[in-house]
Amino acid sequence: MEYLPNILFLLLLLAGIGYFSRNVIRLRRNIRLGRDVDVSDNPALRWKNMAKIALGQTKMVVRPIAGAMHIIVYVGFIVINIEVLEIIIDGVFGTHRIFAPLGTVYDALIAIFEVLAILVIFAVVIFWLRRNAIRLKRFLKPEMKGWPKTDANLILYIEVVLMVLFLTMNGADYQLQQLNAEHYTQAGAFPISQYLAPLFEGMSIANLILVERTAWWLHITGILAFLNYLYFSKHLHILLAFPNTYFGSLNPKGQFENLESVTREVQLMMDPSADPYATPTEGQEDTEPEKFGASDVMDLSWVQLLSAYTCTECGRCTDECPANQTGKKLSPRKIMMDTRDRLEAVGKNIDANKGIFVPDDKQLLNDYITPEELWACTTCNACVQACPVSIDPLSIIMDMRQYLVMEMSAAPTDLNNMMGNLENNGAPWPFNQMDRLNWAEEQ
Amino acid sequence: MKVSTMAERFAAGEPPEILFWVGCAGSFDDRAKKITKAFVQILNKAEVSFAVLGTEESCTGDPAKRAGNEFLFQMQAMTNIEVMNGYDIKKVVTACPHCFNTIKNEYPGLGGNYEVLHHTQFLKQLVEEGKISLEGGKFKGKRITYHDPCYLGRANQVYEAPRELIRKLDAELVEMKSCKQRGLCCGAGGAQMFKEPERGDKDVNIERTEQALETQPEIIAAACPFCNTMMTDGVKNKEKEGSIAVMDIAELIASVDDL
Repeated sequence: MEYLPNILFLLLLLAGIGYFSRNVIRLRRNIRLGRDVDVSDNPALRWKNMAKIALGQTKMVVRPIAGAMHIIVYVGFIVINIEVLEIIIDGVFGTHRIFAPLGTVYDALIAIFEVLAILVIFAVVIFWLRRNAIRLKRFLKPEMKGWPKTDANLILYIEVVLMVLFLTMNGADYQLQQLNAEHYTQAGAFPISQYLAPLFEGMSIANLILVERTAWWLHITGILAFLNYLYFSKHLHILLAFPNTYFGSLNPKGQFENLESVTREVQLMMDPSADPYATPTEGQEDTEPEKFGASDVMDLSWVQLLSAYTCTECGRCTDECPANQTGKKLSPRKIMMDTRDRLEAVGKNIDANKGIFVPDDKQLLNDYITPEELWACTTCNACVQACPVSIDPLSIIMDMRQYLVMEMSAAPTDLNNMMGNLENNGAPWPFNQMDRLNWAEEQ
Repeated sequence: MKVSTMAERFAAGEPPEILFWVGCAGSFDDRAKKITKAFVQILNKAEVSFAVLGTEESCTGDPAKRAGNEFLFQMQAMTNIEVMNGYDIKKVVTACPHCFNTIKNEYPGLGGNYEVLHHTQFLKQLVEEGKISLEGGKFKGKRITYHDPCYLGRANQVYEAPRELIRKLDAELVEMKSCKQRGLCCGAGGAQMFKEPERGDKDVNIERTEQALETQPEIIAAACPFCNTMMTDGVKNKEKEGSIAVMDIAELIASVDDL
């Protein structure tokens, strides 16, 4: 019976990590449903981007208030995880504050954790107010109704609860240390939780231990639960921001990819020696012609799918979008959320059908993203510039426009006219190419 | 106006240093043609060795690509590249950020490799080399706000060349609340120029014009023929065309010397 807590802890830890691993495997499989793209170029620059944008948070601070608050929570999250390491060791081996022999270093560490914890609570309160009291416009867009709103608030509540549990655990521990309770070695400095003393006034050692142990167990259980909540939440960005900034595009934002499949066909078309009636090469008679553009998530690249899971729905893209600002339906954030929702649906379909996707009469186009949204885009790149984690919603919009135009011939009439002019006259307007230099003669 | 074509210069055995890529707007749109002419006047004054393609030029394919028609884009691109490579072109200057972006970024992958400059970058070089002068004080103290074209700014990180030129005109450069990396689009990009906007509360160019008017400018400076059209329409919509001019950077510079 002596080892019961250790065994329980080990089981809890294994369950937490095990379920998380299962979801990571599923996440990886879903992302790999996307088209392959080569992102092996220029690793040095890619590492630099990741260090700057994800680790260094350079794009978060473009908006100073949200940026500063986010840095607090981010630093708090990373640094307080050192404490989690101690909790895990203590839990497995039945020790208490195993790092205590570090002496003054330990005191400093605990003190830093406590200060960060209280700062995190402060930042989270500000975040909550921005969403629920100040009601910033970008948090109230149509795509934020229902689960996305609940999800955002839940994350804030969980963070507060975790921090409060951490401080309670320390506060009770500190009292026990004062009372020279057995097992509770004198260790750590408690600049914040010492002020919780009035709460513990007159409590017996047994009750204090009960409080301390309960907070300790709930804290670690909460952390493991939060870890497993990530997959079901927009909060995956705390992990995926790193790969996403690494794999993000290195090209100038104005450079859109040239479709290789089209290049081959156009070259053939323009080659005067090509025989249009030639029979296909041996062995290639049955190959299906490549699909142009994207109508579903499998047509997108795996980097785009990774981005969909990375999106934390902050809405900076939508806030900067000229179409959205002027009341059009397009919201770049919704493009990413829809892509993720569809990808999740496809993933569940595969799970339910023993590893094979069974067509479900749905696709990303129309069932999630409408042509009206796609045609409202000015390709201005404001959304791409605004994203703090290098997501490119514009690339998805473009891929879907390509499908609409090249596979469905479903461009708006005005654009068909423009393209007709372009094809016939080499200009988007109905002017004769032979008149191109007339301006030089005009006064 | 003295403009020679690549064909003429090659026939004469005097290939020029630079191809001035005029673009469709610059060739056909009445407002944009004025920009083209202003730029040519500057080039002639600075004795730049240049030529145009004239009737051999065709749309870069930008609006087709942004509309999703990759076929049409690549057909245009490959035809143009064949023509340009035929003249062994090394350096291209254009007054259209869309042509600039396409030729600079999307042509290399299809076999068209050139040094490509936007006219504001080239004008800045001419000023630095002392080939044109911005003195005369015509714009001294005038409030000028500059609208960043998306395909010059965000797309290609060119923010300073046009601004430096405005400052060198001794004008007072006033920035809009969203500028440079966060500059708001005029509403024309992505082939929007050629279609009706989707349903909404407002047109994008009106929103952008309102931002420009907040700075109380005498002149709205643009560096793209499409932005110019959108902002001109916006100013008209606000009935301010009597007091506020929308001008391209090249027009500002050309008017200094009354070319």
